Amino acid sequence: MMTVLSFFNYWIVVVLMMIGFYCVIARGNMVKKVMGLNLFQTSVFILFISAGKIVGGSTPIVREGVELYSNPLPHVLILTAIVVGVATTAVGLALTVRINEAYGSIEDDHLGDEDDGDEQ
Amino acid sequence: MTITELMPFSVLVPLIASLVCALLPGRFWPWAVTLVATITSAVIAAITLPAAAQVTLSYAFGNWPPPIGIEYRVDAANAFVALLVAGMAAVALPWAKKSVDREVPERQGAFYALFLLALSGLLGITLSGDAFNIFVFLEISSLATYGLIAHGSDRRALLASFRYLIMGTVGATFLLIGIGFLYVMTGTLNLADLAERLPEVRDTSTVRAALAFIIVGMGLKLAMLPLHLWLPNAYTYAPSFVTVFLAGTATKVALYVMLRFVFTVFAPDWSFVVLPLSTVLMILAVAGMFAGSWVAMFQPNIKRMLAYSSVAQVGYMVLGVSLVSIVGLTAAFLHLFNHALMKTALFMAVGTVIYQVGSGHLKDFRGLGRTMPWTLTAFALAGLSIIGVPLTAGFVSKWYLIQAALDQGQWFLVVLILITSLMAIVYIWRVIEAAWFQERPGNQPAAGEAPLALLIPTWVLVALNFYFGIDTRLTVGGATAAAEALLGGGMAP
Amino acid sequence: MSTLPQLNLFTVVLIPFIGAALIALAGTHRALREGLSWSSSIVFFLAVMGLLVAFLDGDSASQTVWEIMPGLAIAFRLEPLGMLFAAMSSTLWVLATPYAIGYMNAKGYSNLGRFFACYAIALGAAAGIAFADNLFTLFVFYEILSVSTYPLVAHTGDNKAKQGARTYLALLLATSIGLMLPAMIWVWTATGTLDFADGGILAGQVSPAAGAVLLVLFMYGTGKAALMPFHRWLPAAMVAPTPVSALLHAVAVVKAGVFVVLKIAIYVFGLDYLRELATSDVMLYIAAFTMLAASLVAIRQDNLKARLAYSTVSQLSYIVVGAMLAVQLSAIGGGMHMLMHGFGKITLFFCAGAIYVASGKTKVSEFDGLGRRMPVTFFAFFIGALCVIGLPPTGGIWSKWHLVAGAFDAGHTAIMLAFMLSTLLNIGYLLPPVARAFLRPLPEGERSGFNEAPWMCVIPLALTALGTLVLFAMAQSAFDLLGGMFGPVA
Repeated sequence: MMTVLSFFNYWIVVVLMMIGFYCVIARGNMVKKVMGLNLFQTSVFILFISAGKIVGGSTPIVREGVELYSNPLPHVLILTAIVVGVATTAVGLALTVRINEAYGSIEDDHLGDEDDGDEQ
Repeated sequence: MTITELMPFSVLVPLIASLVCALLPGRFWPWAVTLVATITSAVIAAITLPAAAQVTLSYAFGNWPPPIGIEYRVDAANAFVALLVAGMAAVALPWAKKSVDREVPERQGAFYALFLLALSGLLGITLSGDAFNIFVFLEISSLATYGLIAHGSDRRALLASFRYLIMGTVGATFLLIGIGFLYVMTGTLNLADLAERLPEVRDTSTVRAALAFIIVGMGLKLAMLPLHLWLPNAYTYAPSFVTVFLAGTATKVALYVMLRFVFTVFAPDWSFVVLPLSTVLMILAVAGMFAGSWVAMFQPNIKRMLAYSSVAQVGYMVLGVSLVSIVGLTAAFLHLFNHALMKTALFMAVGTVIYQVGSGHLKDFRGLGRTMPWTLTAFALAGLSIIGVPLTAGFVSKWYLIQAALDQGQWFLVVLILITSLMAIVYIWRVIEAAWFQERPGNQPAAGEAPLALLIPTWVLVALNFYFGIDTRLTVGGATAAAEALLGGGMAP
Repeated sequence: MSTLPQLNLFTVVLIPFIGAALIALAGTHRALREGLSWSSSIVFFLAVMGLLVAFLDGDSASQTVWEIMPGLAIAFRLEPLGMLFAAMSSTLWVLATPYAIGYMNAKGYSNLGRFFACYAIALGAAAGIAFADNLFTLFVFYEILSVSTYPLVAHTGDNKAKQGARTYLALLLATSIGLMLPAMIWVWTATGTLDFADGGILAGQVSPAAGAVLLVLFMYGTGKAALMPFHRWLPAAMVAPTPVSALLHAVAVVKAGVFVVLKIAIYVFGLDYLRELATSDVMLYIAAFTMLAASLVAIRQDNLKARLAYSTVSQLSYIVVGAMLAVQLSAIGGGMHMLMHGFGKITLFFCAGAIYVASGKTKVSEFDGLGRRMPVTFFAFFIGALCVIGLPPTGGIWSKWHLVAGAFDAGHTAIMLAFMLSTLLNIGYLLPPVARAFLRPLPEGERSGFNEAPWMCVIPLALTALGTLVLFAMAQSAFDLLGGMFGPVA
């Protein structure tokens, strides 16, 4: 029981990842897909941040009297990854807006059917 | 300035140029800036290749020595891919002017800025020796690509782009998870450093999971069956120039990343043992070859037909990888290069037809052989290369692939490769038959020959297809060096 | 004779290709196009004759053009069989050119630029096959030949033509890529070389079982040799205009097929090794079966071109039989039959085309009395038929003579019988058209009186018929030439 609890942040990661992944796959609504994608990415961010935490470590700012610091590198990486995530969300939402203008709907399941043509 | 110092500029020049480009008005200047930046980038990549084939080049950003700082680490393998990417972009751009003017009439500054970002991202992935850096560049190029695809004039381009965004982001996040696991286990992100530290910890489920995540993530970007679903629509509805560019570069870079991880970081004697990777890749490759060729044979839209053909061709490359030998990897690299040549030429020819006729359906090709002989002859000749007729580049890579299969006594693979080649004849021949042996229906407008600005780049590529089918010293030499760099000795300096 | 040019082999092969490019550029300009067709065939003929003269003087040229991959080169070498094949195709091209021009203009075909360009490419490819010094070069030109003849077969562009052309190309490419290419790769893996060598390269390099499989792959991989059951492409190709059927599907393409068979039998397997293989007898009897079966089918064809096509299938198998008997005499007989049948069959096709141009008739049953209107054509048909059957005074007798003698040498009595039987069948399907034309009266209501095809069609067919008679007298030189394949003739 203790081992399960001591890894609770990783459990959160797994749960969030599955919820996000489910949203991406199962939802037809494009906004919900983008939200799912966000959840999915966020879970990975938490994974990285968790890895950077060192038990008893302090915030990684050099000051007197502190011997043990948490690893700052994952934070820096995830800052970049968050920027990437925001950019992805922005592009995804922009596309959703354009699709809404072009089709009048953002339910992925029904789109494309009305275009006659050559899809398999 | 030494070559090592020059090398990062092939990424930086397009990156900076994209900023300039985004601000430029009109139709001429964005294109001109892009052309200059791309050619500069290609020239730098061309200078880098011979040097990198001799000795692995390493450039530390901001003078932070690796593994702490970010490092560009270039050996024969990535120099080869970088030259391919930058070179293809440089050849495609002169072709782009006319086609983009027609298909993306407005806000070309933004369009070309996206193109430069995509190029810069792809080159960054290729040259970087830092795992997280690869992820960032992957996302830069992917995001730019989504934007480029959405520029297609058909509204289905938006849908294609959105679906690609979803699948692409999932793939990239998988890669990120894999990299995260590796970092957790080793505390480093530098590829060479990872390769050194991994052997101590590699018998853990975390590292095995990392390998699986990275392969699936890159398999998505690579369009390896069954993760190829985004590709046909994306290629079909993107503006012709974007398709031309992507077909020659994007999947190739994804394959390179997969190879870099599987071979250099994890070492093949581990990664092919701990997972049944060879078997899985071989089955997926063969399935991709068959499914792609099969579906291609029945496509009425020629752009989509070529897209499915790409799925099949990716199968050939993965097949070469799955054989885990120098010859197999050489075949994979050869086909990576040669397929870029032939598919780019084919998409250019189709794009030229679309430019003149307005559509790329098989029925619109009827009778075009007489009115657009140069375009259609280019298509036919590049098609011969896809089929793998001797004296074309396609023959050389298939020859090596068959050699690799025979070295391991895999007779059935030879048979499968030949059968899929016969299927390629069928789908290429449909176009040839329509173009030369059917009359143009009266209700379709007659189309004249395309302008030289479109024809010359197409024919340059067709000529390259034959040149590299006859003079194989450069390609086979480069591919062998690349294969040896990956299989032999990892990234030792 | 020193006035003839002495070009290197690659240049000679290039001549028709350059001619084709010029013809394509001339496009719709009729006089220019025809002038170029004439001149490229004549220049090519002279160049090949130049090689022949030098070759007879004992000058054996060879040339490596370019090495594509280590050990894999485009290389040419002159040897007796190839020399004979090249000499025959170049001679017949000169004769076929006026015929093609006359025929195509008389029937009012369009797209003639493409037509004559592809015609020239096909001849260049045949020359490439003839001079090839290794399997790879041979394969390259073999494929060029397949692809370049496709537009000729599909020339009329209607559904029937397209269907026929599809069958044609599909069978030829499927056999060459599906069977010959793997066989070639196998040879390369096993021996490390693809060069043709006297006495073969396979002996001692592969196990007897592997050799036996390879033989089957090569024999069926050479789809152009039309061994049953892969013979369907040849009747399918008859949708082509007659000049194509005549030069390509009686000479260049099909002879390229049997040429490849002979060449592989002699220079890849070597006759001694070939005799030991378990499957050589199997292939021998399949070829003998094809020979008889195709003759039987031919008898029942009313359409003259279809009848000739099946006759070609049958005659090609004579040559395959010659190769599979694997004795020197039969191999030489096969090589001679390539030449004799080439002249005889092109005459027959020329006649079939001339009859069609002059009277619009294609069926044998409609030929009643036509001999009186077209005496020259039917007389030439008669001579050509004698040559294909193998009766004096035509060259055909000598090749059959040597084939039968070879069968006797090899101790295959059954094959000798098959030859005899097939000859009887030949008479049964080749002479009735002539008999009908000369002996039966014209149908009621048809205009009698002299009505030959245009002279551009008639003169070539008279010349090829004359050629078969000349070959009767000159057979010894062909025999001596081919004897060079096995060193000095004993």
